[in-house]
Amino acid sequence: MHEGNPSVGQGAVSESALSWSLTEGVIELALHRSPCNELGSASLEELEKFATALQVMEPDAHALIIYSELTPGFCAGADLRELYQRSQAMERTQAARGVRDFLERIHRVLNLIDGSPLTTIAAVHGVTFGGGFELALACDLIVADKMARFCFPELRLGLIPGFGGIPRLKRDLGNAVVRDLLLTGRSINATKAQQIGLVSQVVGEGEVLRAARATAAQLRKFDRATAAAAKKFIKPIPHEELRLEIDMFCELFARPAVEAGLRKFVESSDAQPYLP
Amino acid sequence: MPTAEQTLDEILTLAAAHFKVSREKLRPDDDFFKTLGINSLQTLDLLTKLENHFHVELPDYELQGVSDFRTLAGKIQARL
Repeated sequence: MHEGNPSVGQGAVSESALSWSLTEGVIELALHRSPCNELGSASLEELEKFATALQVMEPDAHALIIYSELTPGFCAGADLRELYQRSQAMERTQAARGVRDFLERIHRVLNLIDGSPLTTIAAVHGVTFGGGFELALACDLIVADKMARFCFPELRLGLIPGFGGIPRLKRDLGNAVVRDLLLTGRSINATKAQQIGLVSQVVGEGEVLRAARATAAQLRKFDRATAAAAKKFIKPIPHEELRLEIDMFCELFARPAVEAGLRKFVESSDAQPYLP
Repeated sequence: MPTAEQTLDEILTLAAAHFKVSREKLRPDDDFFKTLGINSLQTLDLLTKLENHFHVELPDYELQGVSDFRTLAGKIQARL
């Protein structure tokens, strides 16, 4: 991050996972950690830096756009390889503490984005899975490329989504759809996501950032305080359920089945490891 | 409704165009992972492309173990 100027920044000096800028009242957070913006400890540190900068930039902005600069998609979710390797290198209770700490930190970041007075837009394409889906759900609007795909594959690992996915999905959608996505682990495309009310706009291939910027430009016409008040009224943060989710995730994480599931994923030579 | 052969032909044409390979190189019983040289994320791209084109919804668990175009075409045909 540029010292003294939070309006332009990146998470680290080299090989950063993300970077941001503030131009004409629109903050753009670009994700660019190869292969598909997997969220591990380095990404989390950078997201925390962004969250700090966001609060400084908010008075000068009216909208936030989050998008990926990588071809495969918006974000493939948690960095499962790192999670497995770290849990292998630690004693079980230490690993459990590490997971809880990671979840609490990422919840703080996502709650800040969720509750930001700005109107927030996730501009997604391609893979929007697990933690990536949860990042998008923290935003007010999801604008999707027609090639975007959404999925909660966590049950395959013996886990539930841990970055606030279930409470935020429940906030937005009917419980039957939530159960389908969660319990089958299947992925859905952008058209289906729009039909069920998850996505507000579906655009042609390669058009998602342009569409998100056009939406952000429209938002500028409105009084910022009124927009913030409207958002606060219609989008309460489900704090209690988010806390319960962390507890449940940690409880499940302690079971041997999870270690086996993670090992299977990490060691898989399956051509379709992302499919539950 | 298209016939099964028409569906198969459209899949081959779509896959060739999307992954920029010659249509003539693709055969119905080819293993599309090998022929197209695609990984799991690209397979999801193919799935999305096919769903959008045929206006169907294909739960990905139905595609577990499917690796040739002909079987894939059968799965799509069943939802048309």
